[in-house]
Amino acid sequence: MLTNISNVLRACAQRNGAAAVMSARSYADFTTQATFEIKKCDVFKLDEAPATEVVMTREEGLKYYHTMQTMRRMELKADQLYKQKIIRGFCHLYDGQEACAVGIEAAINLTDHLITAYRAHGYTYTRGGTVKEIMAELTGRRGGIAKGKGGSMHMYCKNFYGGNGIVGAQVPLGAGVALACKYQGNNELCVCLYGDGAANQGQIFETYNMASLWKLPVIFICENNRYGMGTSVERAAASTDYFKRGEFIPGLRVDGMDVLCVREATRFAADHCRSGKGPILMELQTYRYHGHSMSDPGVSYRTREEIQEVRSKSDPISLLKDRLLSNNMASVEELKVIDVEVRKEIEDAAQFATTDPEPPLDDLCNHIFSNNPPVEVRGTNPWAKLKSVS
Amino acid sequence: MASSLRSFLRTGKNVVLVLGRRSFHRSSPAAAQVTVRDALNQAMDEELERDERVFLMGEEVAQYDGAYKVSRGLWKKYGDKRIIDTPISEMGFAGIAVGSAMAGLRPICEFMTFNFSMQAIDQVINSAAKTYYMSAGLQAVPIVFREPNGASAGVAAQHSQCFAAWYAHCPGLKVVSPWNSEDARGLLKSAIRDDNPVVFLENELMYGVPFEMSEESQSKDFTIPIGKAKVERQGSHVTLVSHSRFVGHCLDAAAVLAKEGIECEVINLRTIRPMDVDSIEASVMKTNHLVTVEGGWPQFGVGAEICARVMEGPAFNYLDAPVTRVTGVDIPMPYAKTLEEHSLPQVKDIIFSVKKTLNV
Repeated sequence: MLTNISNVLRACAQRNGAAAVMSARSYADFTTQATFEIKKCDVFKLDEAPATEVVMTREEGLKYYHTMQTMRRMELKADQLYKQKIIRGFCHLYDGQEACAVGIEAAINLTDHLITAYRAHGYTYTRGGTVKEIMAELTGRRGGIAKGKGGSMHMYCKNFYGGNGIVGAQVPLGAGVALACKYQGNNELCVCLYGDGAANQGQIFETYNMASLWKLPVIFICENNRYGMGTSVERAAASTDYFKRGEFIPGLRVDGMDVLCVREATRFAADHCRSGKGPILMELQTYRYHGHSMSDPGVSYRTREEIQEVRSKSDPISLLKDRLLSNNMASVEELKVIDVEVRKEIEDAAQFATTDPEPPLDDLCNHIFSNNPPVEVRGTNPWAKLKSVS
Repeated sequence: MASSLRSFLRTGKNVVLVLGRRSFHRSSPAAAQVTVRDALNQAMDEELERDERVFLMGEEVAQYDGAYKVSRGLWKKYGDKRIIDTPISEMGFAGIAVGSAMAGLRPICEFMTFNFSMQAIDQVINSAAKTYYMSAGLQAVPIVFREPNGASAGVAAQHSQCFAAWYAHCPGLKVVSPWNSEDARGLLKSAIRDDNPVVFLENELMYGVPFEMSEESQSKDFTIPIGKAKVERQGSHVTLVSHSRFVGHCLDAAAVLAKEGIECEVINLRTIRPMDVDSIEASVMKTNHLVTVEGGWPQFGVGAEICARVMEGPAFNYLDAPVTRVTGVDIPMPYAKTLEEHSLPQVKDIIFSVKKTLNV
């Protein structure tokens, strides 16, 4: 514990000389952990529910803050780069929903598995991708996490299966990953995310059926941000109780703006899966500040007042910050230091992402087949015989 | 008399058995007649035994022994974990199969027929075929999709479509189309051992057809390389290129034509994608005439692709006539027997087309 404090001190001191002055206040003054009362989850076909009194340590709080702030600034920087036309095509931003990704990751292990849809930059980060590789992928450079060949919707890293562009297709894939976990008997599980729009896809119901039949260790999570592109949930779903749509699968409805609620619910769900009970469904009630994608201003189907209200009353980072400050778990200056640190990391990453060269033309036809001898690929005309290696 | 006859017969039988034990090497069987169904069954059995990560999933593959009995006996031997019956949810279980391949298993996914693969085609193309490329090599998808393709007998329009051209259009997939038992066994083993998504086009009407299989082709590690065609019959006047069931038709046509002095070279494609164009070109440069034969529809089909490739390559200058395509008729498959027969290439259509191409 003390080592951690001194590490933070040392780190701060390295980054900003002013921090050394700031440390005039002793870190021993801070509360090391506190108990919080969190919102009760609505349950469906469950006798128990996640805990409503939870403990968060100072260390955890700072980590969640750092991670959420990094995700927030990363997405805002992506917004900026998109408007400068340095990022092209699709760009679906996650700001507002940070508590979901951070809360989930806090309750599982990196050896567990996770798959989501296209609003994936945040998850790529929590699963182990660096801001640098994520931003360079958005700008389509060779230093990108998929070498510039995937783009916003197709980022992958260990035990993270993307980043999927086809709405709903990731749900059966996630159940398949869970099948592999069960088959291999490794006590791992798969967190499988989809949105309120995707929740009406047929293949999701097919997946609920098979996951339940075969008791696959999969946590289905519906990130309900109230709008599927421009269609509000009331206009899309005959039943907006997404946590009940699994019918025979137990469900939880969770406040997705509170990182502790998400963490606690995910812990509960993970226990359920790992005890061999089969799948479980969580609905996270959350909100996105941006439109569906960068081509959607996001105000034609909802009011600016609504967005502003969520920002002022339910922002996940603000909620956490208030908790840390009012429980004497961190100081304003300390959090500012983290903010500065994060800003610098994002700036450096953006710098890299805008200066790193694009993938070489030689790479055009590579990665068609795995573990295959080189093949010839037809180019745009019969004389263009291009080479493809695995 | 009767008893001595009996004992003579008994001895005779024992002598044969003893001879059998002495002359034939026990571990690999002698040449035998094996149906395509049994060849596929044995290939799957051996691959399931060889690699624990291999498993089979699909409708009726386990307790029913397979809709076409191709997986007969496998569930009894390997149980629920390795041979999985699925509900009728093609899109769902195709996705599950692909996901399991991403996480380290080696699934064989069966849709019952390729007609039902249309329900799940998004998972085959967008989740399986494209992923290795989109992830720049981070995520491989070692999966085999195998079931009957193309026309059967009397199953009408919705159950008779050939998907060779549809799947062969897409980069990231390998598309394989065996004709005989040796093809079936060798190509299925290769497909299962391949680290990439393979679409394996079987043919229902071929399942019950027996073929002679050599000792070598029955060995546990016998594989046929994906991407290599086979010359089934040497000839000098015209090249016939085909895949699946119609290879047999080509050989029948060649036998008839031989009597009239026309020697056909028959090429069994074995793989549709990547297509072995080199073998086709080498043959055309010898015979100067090319006829393609397939069961699928003509527009944008396998034959059309062969025409384009030959035109773009060195063999074009060796053609003494334009390439002829013999294909299925450009209609949904009718039910009535005579109509159905006339919807697909018959041997006489191949003979007619060869003669037209040779201008005889």
